[in-house]
Amino acid sequence: MSRGNVPIAKPNTGVQAELARGVALGPGLMLAGLALVAFAAFLLSLAVGSVRIPLDEIVGVLLGGEASKTAWTTIVLKFRLPKALTAMLAGAALSVSGLQMQTLFRNPLAGPFVLGISSGASLGVALTVLLAGVAVGLGGSTTLLAGISLAGDTSLALSAIFGSGLVLLLVMAVARRVQSGMTLLILGLMFGYTTSALVSVLIYFSVVERIQAYISWTFGSFGGVTWRQLQVMAPAILLGLAGGHLLMKPLNALLLGETYALSLGLNVRRVRLGIIGSSAVLAGVVTAFCGPIGFLGIAVPHLCRSLLHSSDHRLLMPAVSFMGATLALGADIVAGLPGSQLTLPLNAVTALLGAPVVIWVILRQRNLRQAFAG
Amino acid sequence: MSDHIVLRTESLSIGYRRARRDAAVIASGLKFALRPGELVCLLGPNGAGKSTLMRTLARLQPALSGRIWLDERPLEELRPGQLARRLSVVLTDRVDVGAMSGFGLASLGRHPYTGWTGTLNESDERIVQWALHAVRADGLADRLIVEMSDGERQKILIARALAQEPSVMLLDEPTAFLDLPRRVEVMDLLRRLARENGQAVLLSTHDLDLALRNADRLWLLSADGALYDGAPEDLVLSGAFERVFSAEGVSFDRDRGSFHTREESCGLVLLRGEGAAAFWAGRALERIGYAVEEVAQDGRTNGPPLNGAAAADSRFAVRGRQGAVRPERRRPESNADSSVEGVSARGGAIGTVSVCVLDDRPSYMLKVAGGERKFATLDGLTAHLRRTGKGGEAHAKVD
Repeated sequence: MSRGNVPIAKPNTGVQAELARGVALGPGLMLAGLALVAFAAFLLSLAVGSVRIPLDEIVGVLLGGEASKTAWTTIVLKFRLPKALTAMLAGAALSVSGLQMQTLFRNPLAGPFVLGISSGASLGVALTVLLAGVAVGLGGSTTLLAGISLAGDTSLALSAIFGSGLVLLLVMAVARRVQSGMTLLILGLMFGYTTSALVSVLIYFSVVERIQAYISWTFGSFGGVTWRQLQVMAPAILLGLAGGHLLMKPLNALLLGETYALSLGLNVRRVRLGIIGSSAVLAGVVTAFCGPIGFLGIAVPHLCRSLLHSSDHRLLMPAVSFMGATLALGADIVAGLPGSQLTLPLNAVTALLGAPVVIWVILRQRNLRQAFAG
Repeated sequence: MSDHIVLRTESLSIGYRRARRDAAVIASGLKFALRPGELVCLLGPNGAGKSTLMRTLARLQPALSGRIWLDERPLEELRPGQLARRLSVVLTDRVDVGAMSGFGLASLGRHPYTGWTGTLNESDERIVQWALHAVRADGLADRLIVEMSDGERQKILIARALAQEPSVMLLDEPTAFLDLPRRVEVMDLLRRLARENGQAVLLSTHDLDLALRNADRLWLLSADGALYDGAPEDLVLSGAFERVFSAEGVSFDRDRGSFHTREESCGLVLLRGEGAAAFWAGRALERIGYAVEEVAQDGRTNGPPLNGAAAADSRFAVRGRQGAVRPERRRPESNADSSVEGVSARGGAIGTVSVCVLDDRPSYMLKVAGGERKFATLDGLTAHLRRTGKGGEAHAKVD
């Protein structure tokens, strides 16, 4: 169609364009601010814990120097640095995954685990931990199982990877077939119920020590991830994050709903597979290494929308990554109860601190629709 | 340019494929064409398949059989991006985009043209601006969608469809949730867009009156799957409306272009008077079930005529609930509408209503066999008639 002979004159957009640039500058600054805060939280998390280490010493260690006390170097490099990196990666991963699910399903209550990823991981871990317990409880062959370190991080991680991977494949297979996102959402929900039923059956027949091991896995922790595990976890999550950022434009189109997205030339099926795939990898990997970390994935997208007053994924994607990293670090710092030898369950902290914040943010909005929007 | 065709179909079958059963065919053998710059309204009873037809043309669902050509290329061969640059839609789907401005939503229409980040370049921005201007929504650019009224949001959605720079725009009931002025505005806007941009605009609607007044052509899709294609006036005259919308107790008034419920007349009332007051007195009598026949002028001017139907012609008849007021070309001896019940050519009138206007205040004189009575309002007149003259047999009395 020819645009040349259009009688409705196209107005000079100089002013408008300038305005748009001015508006774009605000969020740009906001993003830079969020990144800065995330970095500050990172440094803080290295400094505080059961032992307080001065910031300049931390910077020195990070730059390859030695701290004035050798113990400090060990603490920072061996424990706090992998933990902080894990927290940042996990926070960003869960938040991006949550944002993707909320947009894909157009549902403010969606989060990284709506597709049953964490349920799958839980089932994997429960099978490993508790079935061994059942075997012991029934007086079965204990010698064979004694070789497996049940509470060992690696075996737990492996079984969680196996469990969430299985769910991931199942979800992808279903997503390929079903037409509507809503169907998928309900299937994920039902899958969650089924697995938790299986887990409770396992718990019922298990012995106390095994249940204890299982439950402490469900508390979630960033501390159990070693440098060696990070070598697997970090690339997987960075890949997932990159995938999420590549899908910004399709996610914006999906804000209009799948039919409109289709009419805009989007290959909805392929995009949906991409979103579910990257989201499941993110949520699955985090759950496998850190346990089922709740709350962050649902809350961070809401916080970012209301902070940036935007539902544009070109802004939200990086914003939720930074804010997710920051909040995960913050929750980990609080859970570590700085200055004490005690730690709180991470999941308890994320929800206890996060829920009031989200409630406050949502109540500040005029209604939930706008809260979802920001 | 006008003999150019942007969209045409050949023996198109629409409907739904079903698992392990025969497909549910809604309409078949459809053959029609859309030309640039024309506004076509798709009308039909609920369930006739208007939305299915729209969705099929937009490739949102597959055709059961037959072919569709868009810009002389088979629809199924176009890649998604190519299709999106040729055809855009406005759907009835609820749009919950959250914190997005009018400009932001309209700029989503540039999706088929932008790169992987979806960033607008200068020409994209200009086109979005142009689209907002074309729908008279420049002022809505910076407003949030959630804060807009239904009419404003609909304009933005049309601007979004326009920003796709399509040769065909399909709109599914774009006026459905709007009040009357907004419906007129949107319809006028679409007609103007079609004229000025040379786009073909196809919209489905239930708004018969607006469609008759604005569409270049109508497509009437009947429940049995037949499609009548023609100028609105031709379809009215050919009786296509009756065939498509035929339903128990409802009839189509060809003279007025509107539908009415079929109801027994309470009897004939003669109406004396002129102008707006007489016109609306006729409407009031007709509303409560009387056939009305204007008999003579009383010579006085009864105030300004209200609209075209009431103006000019002093002789008009109102018939029961069958037809509204209409200019009458009456041949008393050979009643053209012999099928219409309750209207005798002359005689049998139960009374006369005389309308007279003094100092811009109308009054209504009811004269029946039993006497006379004067009413200041039509409410009083109709209330009285309802009370005393109910039913076809009872005659109006004056107490």
